[in-house]
Amino acid sequence: MLRMNALAPALAGLVLAVAAAPAAAQQAAKDVKVDYDALVAELKGSFSEKGIAKLDRIDQSEMQKACSKADAGGELPTDVASRITKEAMASIKQPADGNYLGDWKAGEKVAQNGRGLQFSDTAKTVNGGNCYACHQMTKAEISFGNIGPSLYQYGKLRGDTKEIVEYTWNKIYNSHAYMPCSNMPRFGSAGILTEQQLKDVMALLLDPKSPVNDDSVKP
Amino acid sequence: MKEMRMAAACMVFAALLSGQPAAAAESDTAQGIAQYREMLSDGNPAELIEMTGEDLWKEKRGPKNASLEQCDLGQGPGTVKGAYAHMPRYFKDADKVMDLETRLVYCMVNLQGFTAEEVTKKPFSGAGQYSTDMESLVAYVVAQSRGMTIAVPQGHAKEREAYARGHEIFYYRGGPYDFSCASCHSRDNQRIRLQDLPNLTKAEPARAAFSTWPAYRVSQGAVRSMQWRLNDCFRQQRMPELKYGSQASIDLTVYLGVNANGGAMSAPALKR
Repeated sequence: MLRMNALAPALAGLVLAVAAAPAAAQQAAKDVKVDYDALVAELKGSFSEKGIAKLDRIDQSEMQKACSKADAGGELPTDVASRITKEAMASIKQPADGNYLGDWKAGEKVAQNGRGLQFSDTAKTVNGGNCYACHQMTKAEISFGNIGPSLYQYGKLRGDTKEIVEYTWNKIYNSHAYMPCSNMPRFGSAGILTEQQLKDVMALLLDPKSPVNDDSVKP
Repeated sequence: MKEMRMAAACMVFAALLSGQPAAAAESDTAQGIAQYREMLSDGNPAELIEMTGEDLWKEKRGPKNASLEQCDLGQGPGTVKGAYAHMPRYFKDADKVMDLETRLVYCMVNLQGFTAEEVTKKPFSGAGQYSTDMESLVAYVVAQSRGMTIAVPQGHAKEREAYARGHEIFYYRGGPYDFSCASCHSRDNQRIRLQDLPNLTKAEPARAAFSTWPAYRVSQGAVRSMQWRLNDCFRQQRMPELKYGSQASIDLTVYLGVNANGGAMSAPALKR
């Protein structure tokens, strides 16, 4: 007992030291230089191709590389940021027939579906948009995430002017056009959703008769 | 009795998930899960698997007809108690930083004479199957660190290098969705659907996460190891398949473990 009492202050000090460990280790990590090419080689050796998920998914685009660095607390130089937004904007294709809005019911299915492009999926899997994973959309769907902003009453609050319609299309197609290093996948540019699926999600957001904008409509 | 409690817990779940205003449903769901865990806390199915693992640990097996009782998990040959709370760590004999699972493979190869290929051929059990030998061994070893303080070491240069690489991998965006671990795990109070996402860059949530893996996943009826956890995260990131025991998996586990240092181990825990 006496020994324990004598040890108590030392133990308390140890607990404090351990509690501060993440910050200290994060600082230590900054002092250890990680060679980028060696890291990519390590990753390629650490993953194996499976089904549709090939090893080239490890190769980073300039955007992915710059955004990884920025996310980790590094700088995003302004010239890189503006190149990311410019290239993102240039990658966007407006709908071929000039018609932006599809069917909100089909859009709701896309918003609910989280499948696609995983190594457990196949080339025939219909990709989902998985919007609810990150966004609130209809009032009826209570299982929604919060990584992205709420889109409840999206069209009702913003209207459906040409500017809003085009902005929404572009944002879904390639979110980096407006926000470099956005967390949101590039649903159009990366080939995740088809043009028709994008139109259907647009309708879910903007059609006044969609359950996003009208609580009395059942999704 | 256990079945009855589980049925009751499922009813609680069902009641909670039937249409209610979002905010209320979220907090009620979290409460439901907490209640469910409490009901099962004196009967975590992982305990059976821990016992299977203990038998396997002590059983003479493999071409060398040896048990794993002389396996050095970092605290000296044969010491299992508290070992997991200090892993991954640098092992001089292998000149490598190893997590528990790669270390078990090392011991099964060197002590028992198995080949690495045969012991890593199917590390994770499929739906409805009993735990694999590896899962059982993991459950046994991890359970011997319950209540211990997480102290993943950073004394050796290779341990610091592993942490630094783990940090880079945590933020590495790739694949068609441009996701990294950080996309979901670097901010407070975030959710995918109703699933809470721990901010693994901060001590408190990193401890809560690290201290409860490996875990018995009720929805899958299986003990899932840290290697499985990382493998399945990368699947959802749309990356190729993470190789079992790969360098990237060890580096990431070092990163997560060191961030969680100071927490108290309570694994194998019970998860949804």
